[in-house]
Amino acid sequence: MKAEMDIARVENDDKEIRTVQNTETLTEGETLIDVEHMNLWYGENHAIKDVSIAIPQNRITALIGPSGCGKSTFLKSLNRMNDLVEGVKIEGKLTLAGVDIYKDIDVSVLRRRVGMVFQKPNPFPMSIYDNVAYGLRVQGVKSRVQLDEAVERSLRQAAIWDECKDRLKKSALGLSGGQQQRLCIARTIAVEPEVVLMDEPTSALDPISTSKIEELALELRKNYTIVIVTHNMQQAARIADKTAFFLLGELVEYGDTNKMFSSPSDDRTEAYITGRFG
Amino acid sequence: MRENLSRQLELLNNELIEMGALCEDAIASAVKYLSTADSRLLDNAAEAERQIDRQEREIEDLCMKLIIREQPVATDLRVISSALRMTSDMERIGDQAFDISDVAKNIAPLKVGGEIQIYDMAEATVRMVTESVNSFVTKDVAAAKAVIAMDDVVDRLFDAVKNELIAAVEQKSGKGELYIDLLMIAKYFERIGDHAVNIAEWVIYSVSGEHKQRPQA
Repeated sequence: MKAEMDIARVENDDKEIRTVQNTETLTEGETLIDVEHMNLWYGENHAIKDVSIAIPQNRITALIGPSGCGKSTFLKSLNRMNDLVEGVKIEGKLTLAGVDIYKDIDVSVLRRRVGMVFQKPNPFPMSIYDNVAYGLRVQGVKSRVQLDEAVERSLRQAAIWDECKDRLKKSALGLSGGQQQRLCIARTIAVEPEVVLMDEPTSALDPISTSKIEELALELRKNYTIVIVTHNMQQAARIADKTAFFLLGELVEYGDTNKMFSSPSDDRTEAYITGRFG
Repeated sequence: MRENLSRQLELLNNELIEMGALCEDAIASAVKYLSTADSRLLDNAAEAERQIDRQEREIEDLCMKLIIREQPVATDLRVISSALRMTSDMERIGDQAFDISDVAKNIAPLKVGGEIQIYDMAEATVRMVTESVNSFVTKDVAAAKAVIAMDDVVDRLFDAVKNELIAAVEQKSGKGELYIDLLMIAKYFERIGDHAVNIAEWVIYSVSGEHKQRPQA
């Protein structure tokens, strides 16, 4: 399935030929997203200051830090969700498998490769099936068999198939919050992105739904690279391989999660994660 | 911020200091009993051992409570995990101090000449325990490293005592039981020194986050 889609992409877009080749040469743990000296301004507000970070493939990278530290802004930059913000200016080099995100790739292609799950579950007001099939239909997939296959695979991967297989034609809005969020994850992975960005995906969920999403993230890591913004430090400690601590627009510390939560290198990280900040 | 956690960590610190002091008492009582055969000191050693066991349980409970309630990370986590390990070593020290007094029942009061350095061993070991507890109190990595270095002195003294005892046994002096008891006491001191080293290593870890590199097996 993936191979077929890759071939289709290659046929559709010359620019992507080298992209696909590049990605295939990467193995897990190698840098997939490489950010060098990134700066971002919202008008006069210097929101991200000289951030460099290498995000590894098939790993979960957590971004933590107090409100307003730039972590969500940084996350959104990875699939150019900030482009629409008025007065935004971005400098530096951001690459996905060696391809410059801001220069060498069409934004719609980028967003297919770098999907996003938001804080609040946002299913479209349509059936469960149509929610998941949405992205593929936008890409021009019409084959019923192909769509059925993709919907089932995505719902299974998102650990929600058993709960909704008998109500695929029912409205997605009838699902619980936790189910809606897993549906949104299914919708995101239906188009087989390489990266899934998650912006506080469990902050609106109860502990049981939260733990399902966390289990899911650990499972999805096998096939996808995940970058997650979270206010819940225990969540970062539980699921992330790497953790990045942002403060006032700067990347203060970035490294293995276990090291970060047992022996952080920077006093500011220590103060923040132990709750003695400020 | 997180004042309750800070207060509880302060309490943990005090409990550990108290447990360290009990260990020092236990060894001091055992050593003094060995030299004097004063039975009150035997009771002291037994009581110290019981108190040490109770203290271990209390510190464990406090650590578990802190882990559950506060989900500690970074330095807090290292302090709590080190505390749990240190109390195990202190509990062993308490047991071994009591074992010394128990063996000493057969041979106290013991007067040994300069050639058998059992009291030198006792002194060096007590110092290691005291200094390891002090390094914890002052969070002093250098002092903890000094304790680790002192272990060589105790090991050398143990070898010397052992060699003297072998020589004495070979002279067939008819004091076989005394020499065996002395060897056991020397071994307990040597083990107490090892536990003091462990405590010092946990102090270093809790302060710096660095584990001592253990030699490859």
